Amino acid sequence: MEGNNPVIAEIGHFALVLALAVAAFQCIVPLVGAHRNHREMIASAVPAALVQLVFIYVAFAALMHAYVTSDFSVANVFENSHSAKPLLYKISGVWGNHEGSMLLWVFILAIFGAAVAMFGNNLPPRLRARVLGVQGSIGFAFLLFIVTTSNPFARLNPPPIEGNGLNPLLQDPALAFHPPFLYAGYVGLSVAFSFAIAALLDGKVDAAWARWVRPWTLAAWMFLTIGISMGSWWAYYELGWGGWWFWDPVENASFMPWLVATALLHSAIVVEKRNALKIWTVLLSILAFSLSLLGTFLVRSGVLTSVHAFAVDPQRGIFILAILIFFIGGGLALFAWRAPTLKSGGFFAPISREGGLVLNNLFLCAACAAVLIGTLYPLALETLTGDKISVGPPYFNLTFGPIMLPLLLLVPVGALLSWKRADLVAALQRLWVAAAMVLGIGLLVFIFNQRGPWLAPLGIMLGAWLVLGSIVDLAKRISLFRSPLATSFSRLRGLPRSMLGMTLAHAGVGITIMGIVCISLWKVEHILAMKPGEKAEVGQYTVEFLSETPVTQSNYTGTGGHFRITSGSVEVATVISEKRNFKPTGNTTEVGLLQTLFGDVYVVMGDKTATGARVVRMYYNPFVTLIWLGALVMFLGGALSLTDRRYRVGAPRRNTAAVGVPAE
Amino acid sequence: MGALAVLGIAAGLVLYALRDTIVFFYTPSEVSQKNVQPGTRLRLGGLVEQGSLTKTDGAKVHFVVTDMTKAMTVNYVGQLPDLFREGQGVVAEGVLGTDGNLLADTVLAKHDEKYMPKDVADRLKAQGKWKGTTP
Repeated sequence: MEGNNPVIAEIGHFALVLALAVAAFQCIVPLVGAHRNHREMIASAVPAALVQLVFIYVAFAALMHAYVTSDFSVANVFENSHSAKPLLYKISGVWGNHEGSMLLWVFILAIFGAAVAMFGNNLPPRLRARVLGVQGSIGFAFLLFIVTTSNPFARLNPPPIEGNGLNPLLQDPALAFHPPFLYAGYVGLSVAFSFAIAALLDGKVDAAWARWVRPWTLAAWMFLTIGISMGSWWAYYELGWGGWWFWDPVENASFMPWLVATALLHSAIVVEKRNALKIWTVLLSILAFSLSLLGTFLVRSGVLTSVHAFAVDPQRGIFILAILIFFIGGGLALFAWRAPTLKSGGFFAPISREGGLVLNNLFLCAACAAVLIGTLYPLALETLTGDKISVGPPYFNLTFGPIMLPLLLLVPVGALLSWKRADLVAALQRLWVAAAMVLGIGLLVFIFNQRGPWLAPLGIMLGAWLVLGSIVDLAKRISLFRSPLATSFSRLRGLPRSMLGMTLAHAGVGITIMGIVCISLWKVEHILAMKPGEKAEVGQYTVEFLSETPVTQSNYTGTGGHFRITSGSVEVATVISEKRNFKPTGNTTEVGLLQTLFGDVYVVMGDKTATGARVVRMYYNPFVTLIWLGALVMFLGGALSLTDRRYRVGAPRRNTAAVGVPAE
Repeated sequence: MGALAVLGIAAGLVLYALRDTIVFFYTPSEVSQKNVQPGTRLRLGGLVEQGSLTKTDGAKVHFVVTDMTKAMTVNYVGQLPDLFREGQGVVAEGVLGTDGNLLADTVLAKHDEKYMPKDVADRLKAQGKWKGTTP
């Protein structure tokens, strides 16, 4: 092909091998140096992490170049790309396959490693050397995996004229960016893991350590939140089932690290503020990354059947399993050996902020365990007995829901308890305004939903409780409506950012809960055969099938079904549902979607029936957008908390707390 | 104490749910061999028999799932997945009727040309009917 420079792929391959060598150095030298307290060896960690990033960046850029220029002499490009693809999907094709996605994984790992190296100037040098050494060992394991079993730069001679194309389901904007976010989350937890291992080697965990771990965990958690919700959003409008979460093992694989990372975020606060829960926090740091590795194993080894299983190759599965056993087993063994040397302090009464956070951790970990069992049980049973089963949504609804319910009820209460010893009655008294408002909302829902499901008012009340419980307390702190608006505003600005972030994140959970309750209980589904000109009702909308027209694009051809949506006599929109035949292979159905804040009209055109009509499936999904809106609010809450003064890198220590604001 | 109570309740829920909500995967031969009772929820896997797909008006479809030894009719209301083809792998989940047909509420088809549901591939391999399209 013209414009190709075949040398670039070779440079990429070479850079990858060099990165492997650097990773070996970064793993061994700083760890040995830290053990012997050898200054030069300790200092070598920082340049090693930076050089590592440079080499992996070169490799990644080389693969990207091969995709963008459609260099089919690279086997990976030939198998997963096509010259007629739009540029966006040529780029996202880089990680739309096993080899490229593993390269993305180590690329993000190297970015995090380099970030620790660059921004870690106020870390004790030995601790930083150990953290980077552990990061290096993770990088070494995965680079070895790539170089020996999953080389993205394998060549074909002679180069084919045209590629096989990317799975058309993956040719989608949300999915193009879903893997990078998700990996940033998975891999971000490696930093917490490395800090935990370094602390075990150091034998010291203190408030400064927690102040370091928390922002990295927070960043990883934010990426996971966005990555998971993008995946769910994609499943909603691309798979055409009208659902947004399927408890698919692959979804669970990303959800479990999120649950534990959420627990870790909360327990790290206790270490930082009260110097307690240290051993538990170290354990959670190890577990969170272990679940990330488990997720990578489940998705990449091909033991699961799903759209994510690119590779069904036992050799790769065994390699990742070996990595898994080494890091999880090694981490836990080190924990068992060294944890007793960590001194714990900071005693607290059961009813206190600490107590509330312990309860939070307990429920989150129990929920995560329930998901883990449901995900792995079919694998275990098949291995042991040969029976094949599927554990579906009924299992998860029955276990996950009841475990999370008390946690969600307690969130606004826990946030009001004071450290060390708290007055539960006083905290509840502060919540009475929110409680009254929630009851009012419940009553309204009950009145308007007399024929609907009885769970509806309760579910909405739960969501409203989280939102209002967080916001009402904030309003009180800034004496909103009781003092001039300007005073309230300046008080708001004086509050610690982490507190505002917490309020926002908790409210985000409430918003997501309300979306889930609405779509679960009030979804309207309608399947029928329609001919052009016919109408059907769904929710308060009327959907009219207007016509079918042929569609031609560079990478597919197909048929578009046009549907006019009216509400009463008002025309709201015309949506198009397409059946697409992709070049060179694959079919998809695109959903015709009308989105409003109050609800979505979701139209899917199906096959022709015997009489030439089309099977049409339509849904009315009330308030479904709240699910992803809530996730966005959680993300923003995390971002706000990340900018808190006490985490700011190199910020001068100021002790001038704003006047009139009670300490958090 | 409280911690133990929470863990105990969680463990109880998990065990109860595992007993009551899991769905077994069978091929048509196993449905008759294992004497599965009508009313049982199951996943049926196999190949869609050539020429067996019939669509009535409305959105009802019927097709036959075969494992080359036995065959079973599946009734389904709704839209078949884009990758549903006669002669290729399929998994249908639903309830076994008294007439011996499966009333399916979910039909899953393989995700791309190279790929067939692992469950089906394993069964076909075990029966020596695998037609060797391993990627």
